[in-house]
Amino acid sequence: MNNAYLDIIRIRFLTMLAYRVNYYSGIVIYAINIGAYYFLWQAIYGDQPTLGGFTVAQMTTYVAVSWMSRAFYFNNLDREIANEIRDGSVAIQFIRPYSYLLVKMMQGLGEGLFRLLLFMVPGMVVVCLIFPVTLPTSPQTWLIYFVMLVFSFLINTQINMLTGLFAFYVENNEGMMRMKRVMVDLFSGVIIPVSFFPGWLEAIMKWLPFQAITYLPSSVFTGRTEGGMALQVLGLQVLWFAVLLLPILWIWRKARHRLFVQGG
Amino acid sequence: MIYLQLFWEYFKNYAKTRLTYRADFWIEVLSDLLFQGMNLIFILVVFQHTQSLGGWSQAEVVFVYGYFMIPYGIFTTFFNLWNFSERYIVKGEMDRVLTRPAHNLAQIVLENMDPPSLIGSLVGAVIMAISGAQLGLSFDFTDFLMMILLVLGSVLVYAGIYIAITAIGFYSDSPTGIAPLMYNIQNYGRYPVGIYNKVIRFVLTWIIPFAFVGVYPASFFLNMDSGHNSPLALLTPVVGLVFVTAALLFWNHGVKRYRGAGS
Repeated sequence: MNNAYLDIIRIRFLTMLAYRVNYYSGIVIYAINIGAYYFLWQAIYGDQPTLGGFTVAQMTTYVAVSWMSRAFYFNNLDREIANEIRDGSVAIQFIRPYSYLLVKMMQGLGEGLFRLLLFMVPGMVVVCLIFPVTLPTSPQTWLIYFVMLVFSFLINTQINMLTGLFAFYVENNEGMMRMKRVMVDLFSGVIIPVSFFPGWLEAIMKWLPFQAITYLPSSVFTGRTEGGMALQVLGLQVLWFAVLLLPILWIWRKARHRLFVQGG
Repeated sequence: MIYLQLFWEYFKNYAKTRLTYRADFWIEVLSDLLFQGMNLIFILVVFQHTQSLGGWSQAEVVFVYGYFMIPYGIFTTFFNLWNFSERYIVKGEMDRVLTRPAHNLAQIVLENMDPPSLIGSLVGAVIMAISGAQLGLSFDFTDFLMMILLVLGSVLVYAGIYIAITAIGFYSDSPTGIAPLMYNIQNYGRYPVGIYNKVIRFVLTWIIPFAFVGVYPASFFLNMDSGHNSPLALLTPVVGLVFVTAALLFWNHGVKRYRGAGS
């Protein structure tokens, strides 16, 4: 049975491999993105040595690693799930002998692994050549970072699933999906590190799962969060992963009783 | 004229479909505004920590951003083609479009029209007015006419880039393509391009000319003594025409390659 899930990862990986235009264009655009934010932050810093607790060098590394990790954790599972609910094909999924949500997650993972190996790693090399990025030296930091990256993926995927599953209730959840994308990009720290927000907003962010997607792992990578603190933020990610499982399973159980297919 | 009539018919149709899901409609309008607000939030948050962005003050950066929102709103109203490749090529809906007399692109544009995006343009105009007042800018009738001309040029720039990218769908069957990632870079023109290095400035000016949807045309209205006025501002309509023409040629060539879906 577990082999089936591995196969799903493999198949999605190969599917991604088949559409290569996507892949090349993606690398270019992510590089442009990192570049644009690099220059933007340079201009913002001007002569000031630190802002929001970041040095210029740390910010450069932060921007690079945040965008690259976004390449890994980003997926469109919300849209895929919502579409399958709307066109009714989810009904077929109910009778198949596997867990639909797990299959979706594995598909996302296949996609993520593809981007990790063929996108994030070469992309990071290119970015390191162009921009003054400082990589962590201790193997421990690398290890913790990669574990945290897995949780970034899991938490982002969970948020995507929750958004997608809302299609059971609102029939058309396009607006919600967009809202979610804004919230994730804004509050996860890809665009602005959470420590730059004004005090009250930063305080709210501490109680939301978004920072666990980018801000926490990237802070570990840049060396701002070290040693015991790094393990603590990893713990926070694990906690969010566990907490988010509950509403997903709950909605999934409830939803199967109220599925109606429009035009089906 | 027939297209105006079509526009109206499609608009009525749109209103009927959208008002079926009222709650979602408003969430969508709100999330659209929030999405654009995200960049404004970025500017405001950043200026809490600094006085200038490459020599530009907060009011100037916000002014440029307000300008940017106007063509962007018009653009998203009419060029809402995110799913083009999947919907029209992979699923073969292009068959249906091609059997009708109106130009295929016009039909696709009208079918996917999203009028609530125009609210973003209004908000942009308000932002421009507020920051313009802070900067003490005077706006007379010629400025108003220039505004229309420049916004039109900016919309054409957007349309050109976007039509070309959508047309890639005819040449490659990639399901996601570049389009989903475009939203990442389409905003860069609203920052002063002086902060980027030469290569990026060149790209933003001549290759993917997003500088012409924000900072260049907006700089036309800034005070002379700010030193930010760009001579390229007046080129906006020209760049727009060139890009939209090239994109249409590319599109029409692509349509000829379309073979319908296999199933």
